[in-house]
Amino acid sequence: MTEQMTGAQALVRALEQVGVDTVFGIPGGAILPAYDPLYDSKKVRHVLVRHEQGAGHAAEGYAQATGRVGVCMATSGPGATNLVTPIADAYMDSVPIVAITGQVASAAIGTDAFQEADISGITMPITKHNFLVTDAADIPRTIVEAFHIAASGRPGPVLVDISKDALQATTTFTWPVQMQLPGYRPVTRPHSKQIREAARLIAEAKRPVLYVGGGVHKAQASAELFELAELTGIPVITTLMARGTFPDSHRQHLGMPGMHGTVAAVGALQRSDLIIALGARFDDRVTGRLDTFAPYAKVVHADIDPAEISKNRHADVPIVGDCKEVIADLVAAIKAGSVRGDYTEWWRHLDAYRETYALGYETYEDGSLAPQYIMERIGALVGPDAIYTAGVGQHQMWASQFIGYEKPGSFINSGGAGTMGFAVPAAMGAKMGRPDKDVWAIDGDGCFQMTNQELATCALEGVPIKVAVINNGNLGMVRQWQTLFYEERYSNTDLQSARRIPDFVKLAEAYGCVGLRCERPEDVDDTIRKAMEITDMPVVIDFVVHQDAMVWPMVAAGTSNDDIKYARDMAPKWEHED
Amino acid sequence: MSRHTLSVLVENKPGVLARVSALFSRRGFNIDSLAVGPTEHADVSRMTIVVNVEDLPLEQVTKQLNKLVNVLKIVELDTAQSVQRELMLIKVRADADSRSHVLELVNLFRARCVDVAPDAVTIEVTGTVDKLEAFVRVLEPFGIKELVQSGMVAIGRGARSITDRSLRALDRTA
Repeated sequence: MTEQMTGAQALVRALEQVGVDTVFGIPGGAILPAYDPLYDSKKVRHVLVRHEQGAGHAAEGYAQATGRVGVCMATSGPGATNLVTPIADAYMDSVPIVAITGQVASAAIGTDAFQEADISGITMPITKHNFLVTDAADIPRTIVEAFHIAASGRPGPVLVDISKDALQATTTFTWPVQMQLPGYRPVTRPHSKQIREAARLIAEAKRPVLYVGGGVHKAQASAELFELAELTGIPVITTLMARGTFPDSHRQHLGMPGMHGTVAAVGALQRSDLIIALGARFDDRVTGRLDTFAPYAKVVHADIDPAEISKNRHADVPIVGDCKEVIADLVAAIKAGSVRGDYTEWWRHLDAYRETYALGYETYEDGSLAPQYIMERIGALVGPDAIYTAGVGQHQMWASQFIGYEKPGSFINSGGAGTMGFAVPAAMGAKMGRPDKDVWAIDGDGCFQMTNQELATCALEGVPIKVAVINNGNLGMVRQWQTLFYEERYSNTDLQSARRIPDFVKLAEAYGCVGLRCERPEDVDDTIRKAMEITDMPVVIDFVVHQDAMVWPMVAAGTSNDDIKYARDMAPKWEHED
Repeated sequence: MSRHTLSVLVENKPGVLARVSALFSRRGFNIDSLAVGPTEHADVSRMTIVVNVEDLPLEQVTKQLNKLVNVLKIVELDTAQSVQRELMLIKVRADADSRSHVLELVNLFRARCVDVAPDAVTIEVTGTVDKLEAFVRVLEPFGIKELVQSGMVAIGRGARSITDRSLRALDRTA
């Protein structure tokens, strides 16, 4: 196909050709030419957000809910820099998004022109790759390359910056286009020798653990993981990015590892003699103090990104490959082997941890709400088929711990970057990608005030998400650290949201949403049910909770996993093994 | 810490040098020297990067470099199995009395005199880091007025070329 058209038309045509159906963005001077043909597109729906950060997180939510590439669009200068936070977020959590930004005309680049920012320079360390396009003829090929890079190998954000004159120039649109990426060759096929070696270590191990990270869901390998776990009987732990990849209700699931992980999961890693890390990256929130992490364990580390292997923790058996292929090959190798591991003794220890140090929480005699109880009830009433998003902080940890995830991809949150304000726009993106799903944003009152402007977008675009604001009136996680490590000196963490400034119910109504409030445990179920009955409008629930609720267990930053506390000053008694 | 010489073949595109140097600074690796220039293939540039790191960080920096989309190939060149050269231009004080002494050293080091003024000479010298350091030491007593040095360039010994296969990959996409 060959046709004469403008660069802007070529951009929209290329987006249509690669299968884009939704773009989140805001127009402005430099990107304006692209918005004209976008207005006519029958295939691409543009969602006008209220802040570019919302566009970026919505693209992330869309990408994670659908498994496709999310797309956001902004103009040059401040429009583009407002995308920096979601791009960094997508980079840390390996979320495939393509950000398209307008740039000033190529003749003006470098002159400090109006609304000029060197966005490709700015985003160089936080994108998987980026492009600056100044020739209209390069637009279709660049779009194809951007989508390919974003979605393949270890997924990630790609930015395409296009100068205004390139959008305006006339060019010949040819399709299909040939990619020119001679230096980009992700390895997906694992090495069979490494697989056999891993299978041998698994058969020999006495205390193995499957340490499952976000890469397993990104590889769509939950079924393979399930088979591996059931075949071997090895305990499974799922990181924050992998919640739902293995069912929480499964007998072999020990929960989440790390700073706010379960005692059983953290204890399993610390006592383990073999860690089988699948699509995980030994993040500091998981390992605690690295030199005391899992001191007895050999490590099998499978990841699609070779740079993650032996980055933080030495891998005895490195496996570079896509987790779907890696796990399937592992299953085959284990089935072919004659020896199976016997983990009876190991399970006796783990079951003891699990029973003695089960997740729990404090309830309050004054009748105020425990936030963890809300999570339990949302999980029970809304159920495992919904998609949950979260912001960052206490509410995120409680959402991870108490909702109960059974399905892969059912918990979308900001892990690596820890971006407050992620929940509402990500929920919007997820709901637009999967309109068949109930989407609940679990948010904190601090996070909610950073990005709740997208409620207007949700109300106008007909995106009926639910937002459960866990309102403790504070920047709760920071306050928790001040309680524990700064002698209860609450410097600048009291948001005074409890004084109803703003009043979240009125705020919701002002944005064209339904606002509900719940302040007592006995009203929780009714409030959730009421929200569930409303299916044609977004609903915001202001759950006013006790401000002193804390997230437990906790491994304090910079300390060893061995020093985990399951409640304030309460350390588990480890059973010493010989 | 030990010095490692990396030969990095990259696509000859704007911004590639910035990507490579930004990666080094972001990941906390120090570059001792960096030289970049064209190769026998118009679409490929070659960087010679000397880094001073332990083995483990070296592995990490190589893997991170490999992730850059514009990087085609990375080869670590062993000192014994490669030819390594730097270029230096030195302006030394040299009047009628001392000029012959300076020129004698120029000959000894197989350097070249490229400019002469009544009270100074400018010398061009190439060689390994050690040779250049030794040369600077013997010239110091005369008074070094100005000195400029290139990054190291290096190439493997023998008939094999590190560019062959990468260029084939490039040709396929062209």
